Amino acid sequence: MSFIEYGDTIKEGDTAIVFLGHESMFPVKVQHGGKTQTKYGVIRHSTDLIGKKYGSKVTCSKGGWVYILYPTPELWTLNLRHRTQILYSTDISLITMMLELKPGSIVCESGTGSASLSHAIIRTIAPTGHLYTIEFHQQRAEKAIEEFEEHKVGHLVTVKTQDVCKNGFGVTNVADAVFLDIPSPWEAVGHAKLALKHEGGRICSFSPCIEQVQRTCLALEEHGFTEITTSEILLRVYNVRTISLQIPDLGKTADGNSSTGVDGGNLSNEDALCPNLPQETIQFKSGVPLKEMVGHTGYLTFATKNLF
Amino acid sequence: MTKWQSRPIALQKKGNKVASAARAFGGNRKRAFPELSLVREVLLFFSFSFSAWSSVSFLDCGRIAMEASPRSSSPHVICEGDWAVLKREDVFKAVAVVKRRKIVFEKQWFCLDNAIGHVYGTSFEVTSGGSLQPKRTLEEMNPETKEAGTDNRNIIDDGKSQKLTHDDIKALKDKGIKGQEIVQQLIENSTTFRDKTEFAQDKYIKKKKKKYEAVITIIKPSTRILSTMYYAREPGKINYLRYDTLAQMLTWGNVHAGNKMIVMETCAGLVLGAVMERMGGYGSIVQIYPGEGPVRAATSCFGFPKTFFDTLSEFPLSKVASFLSGTFSLTSLPSESEENTPLAEDKNGSGDDKELSRPEVDIECSPKVAMESGQPEDQEMVEFTSEALDDKAKGTTHDKQKKQEEKKRKLIEAAALLKNKDADGLIVASRFHPASLLLLLLELVAPSRPFVVYCQYKEPLLECYAKLREKGGVINLKLSETWLRNYQILPDRSHPKLIMSGGGGYLLTGITVKNESINTSDCLDEPSSKKRKLQEHH
Repeated sequence: MSFIEYGDTIKEGDTAIVFLGHESMFPVKVQHGGKTQTKYGVIRHSTDLIGKKYGSKVTCSKGGWVYILYPTPELWTLNLRHRTQILYSTDISLITMMLELKPGSIVCESGTGSASLSHAIIRTIAPTGHLYTIEFHQQRAEKAIEEFEEHKVGHLVTVKTQDVCKNGFGVTNVADAVFLDIPSPWEAVGHAKLALKHEGGRICSFSPCIEQVQRTCLALEEHGFTEITTSEILLRVYNVRTISLQIPDLGKTADGNSSTGVDGGNLSNEDALCPNLPQETIQFKSGVPLKEMVGHTGYLTFATKNLF
Repeated sequence: MTKWQSRPIALQKKGNKVASAARAFGGNRKRAFPELSLVREVLLFFSFSFSAWSSVSFLDCGRIAMEASPRSSSPHVICEGDWAVLKREDVFKAVAVVKRRKIVFEKQWFCLDNAIGHVYGTSFEVTSGGSLQPKRTLEEMNPETKEAGTDNRNIIDDGKSQKLTHDDIKALKDKGIKGQEIVQQLIENSTTFRDKTEFAQDKYIKKKKKKYEAVITIIKPSTRILSTMYYAREPGKINYLRYDTLAQMLTWGNVHAGNKMIVMETCAGLVLGAVMERMGGYGSIVQIYPGEGPVRAATSCFGFPKTFFDTLSEFPLSKVASFLSGTFSLTSLPSESEENTPLAEDKNGSGDDKELSRPEVDIECSPKVAMESGQPEDQEMVEFTSEALDDKAKGTTHDKQKKQEEKKRKLIEAAALLKNKDADGLIVASRFHPASLLLLLLELVAPSRPFVVYCQYKEPLLECYAKLREKGGVINLKLSETWLRNYQILPDRSHPKLIMSGGGGYLLTGITVKNESINTSDCLDEPSSKKRKLQEHH
């Protein structure tokens, strides 16, 4: 198992995702003799997991079963332990494309936070790229290093513990892209420019507040960045439902109803389908928006550094 | 270069046999002449104008390229034969960099000759005569007076505030006066300019600059640029797939180096190109194509090195069902492709060149531009014809054979990749109804792998969702859409842009699992169990 290369069989030391059902899952570190409790009973790693294929159904002790999934950065993002607020895959997608990340890209990031974005970046820039990630919080930085090693991507990432606004990224003229997710990104714009390759590169800053964006844009302009754009991406998820709507009783006779041609034919069909319903209904499939959705995560400001 | 080529071997475990076949085909040549692929692009560029030359094989192009001068080593420098993107404000256009070739962009014409040798990201000004002059520093224009009004209570629209007439402005332009100076003159001759608020003055200058100071920037193609360009210029060709939706597809599909991906798209090859960029030449891609051959107009705009195409193979959609049922035999392939290829060639050159030549038709000559520039382009093409015909005479039959062999090899390669039904992901984005496609192609994907289906409309995806639930073998199904809002950020004038895109399509994503028992596999998610109850009623 590694976050950058698929494997088929579950092995000792792997991080696997236990999928229990609708949006309900958690990560598990596979160990000989290890046990994991689920609501369906216990999973014994040595017999239930090791040697099995990813994507298999695993029967737990109480007879219930779960699926064991291969860990992807997207699944990791949904399951990681939060040490900070994290970036989700919707924003990560746009960041990755707009920063033009691809295999071989050298990327600077700050802060590392819970390393949600870091995993996605590493996945994209492997096997020849590198991530320099800066986190001024000692404990978070150490935890991130531990995770990268566990996920077998340690060779693609360097974690540094320092204040990016004061000390920068610790590298000069090497990066193709810089990502900032810090409270005062405008203080790090100069350092970002230094970190980017001499020939240029892309930068992105993520800020929840418009005032932060305002200051960042000014700083970017002062430092000669071009193509400064700010956008916001929102994810709308739809539940797929079969909806039944009653036909109102308009006081018409039965004769009148059956003479409505095509519709009438449909109606009798639906009648047979749902004999319990007192009145005639029409059924259709619909994508129903969730009652609540994430209305704002942050503004994403992108810009380009040119040679001059 | 060597590091780059040795790594994929380690990564590719599953596609190893195929990769070695690919290396045997063109590996040595490629190592010795990394610039060949680019030169090939240029040659192909010309080849579309006359079908007679279209059977020149890649190998021949290579031979020609050996004689050509070697490129500059830096990938950041604009080189002849590159694919580049022209940018003016927010308008993009992809072009091949060719000397002495007239390009029409945003109502201006010019040649790219002067741009060669400059770094990507350089801005140019078009001078009379169509040459590009690099414009290094964008000097800010400061009207001498910093005077400004506070409100518009005394500004009356009498249509007479501009003292210069249309004819005056035209005369200035005809004299070849710099755009910057024209803007200055317009400001000086505007009686209301001084009374305008500072912000209104700013807006006025910006508007005039946009019109009179045409600055063109030449940038390197990327998924970011090309998907933005396509969505703005030719959304119909990519089924209205907005760039942020494409970004979601790449992420949810976990597209990365070393994957074995299946891509089925009718988005001019844009989705394929995006997948290729993210895989960086590592791993393998099987493109499932409808009709006679895959369309890769947008793919060629990326300017990928030849090595990237070694990892790409194609398989006809019409053969997938027979392939899955086992009635499609590999041994019958050679004769089959022999029957098909000459037919395609008789119609309109060869299949391959036809598909590769489309980029120019699509991007270079979008309808509006084609009308304006058709004439000179044709003349230019003629210049190359005699040269090309010589090459053609050298070995048409030989090339035909080569082409057929190549086609056969690609098909065998694709079949070998699909054989174990262990692909690492599936990306579908087509103009077809996705349900039947998806059910069929998912058979080729290994368990615990993501898949992503794009559709311009929501309803077909509702059907996909229901059918997948019925069939089982998938979990974590999610129907979604993204909204993208762009912002104007200026001191004291920040707000969302007035216009945003109304829709960029819908995605259905999910993860494959082992489909052990059809009856129980779909009761994991609540919605399905509800649906089942309904079905049990009758």
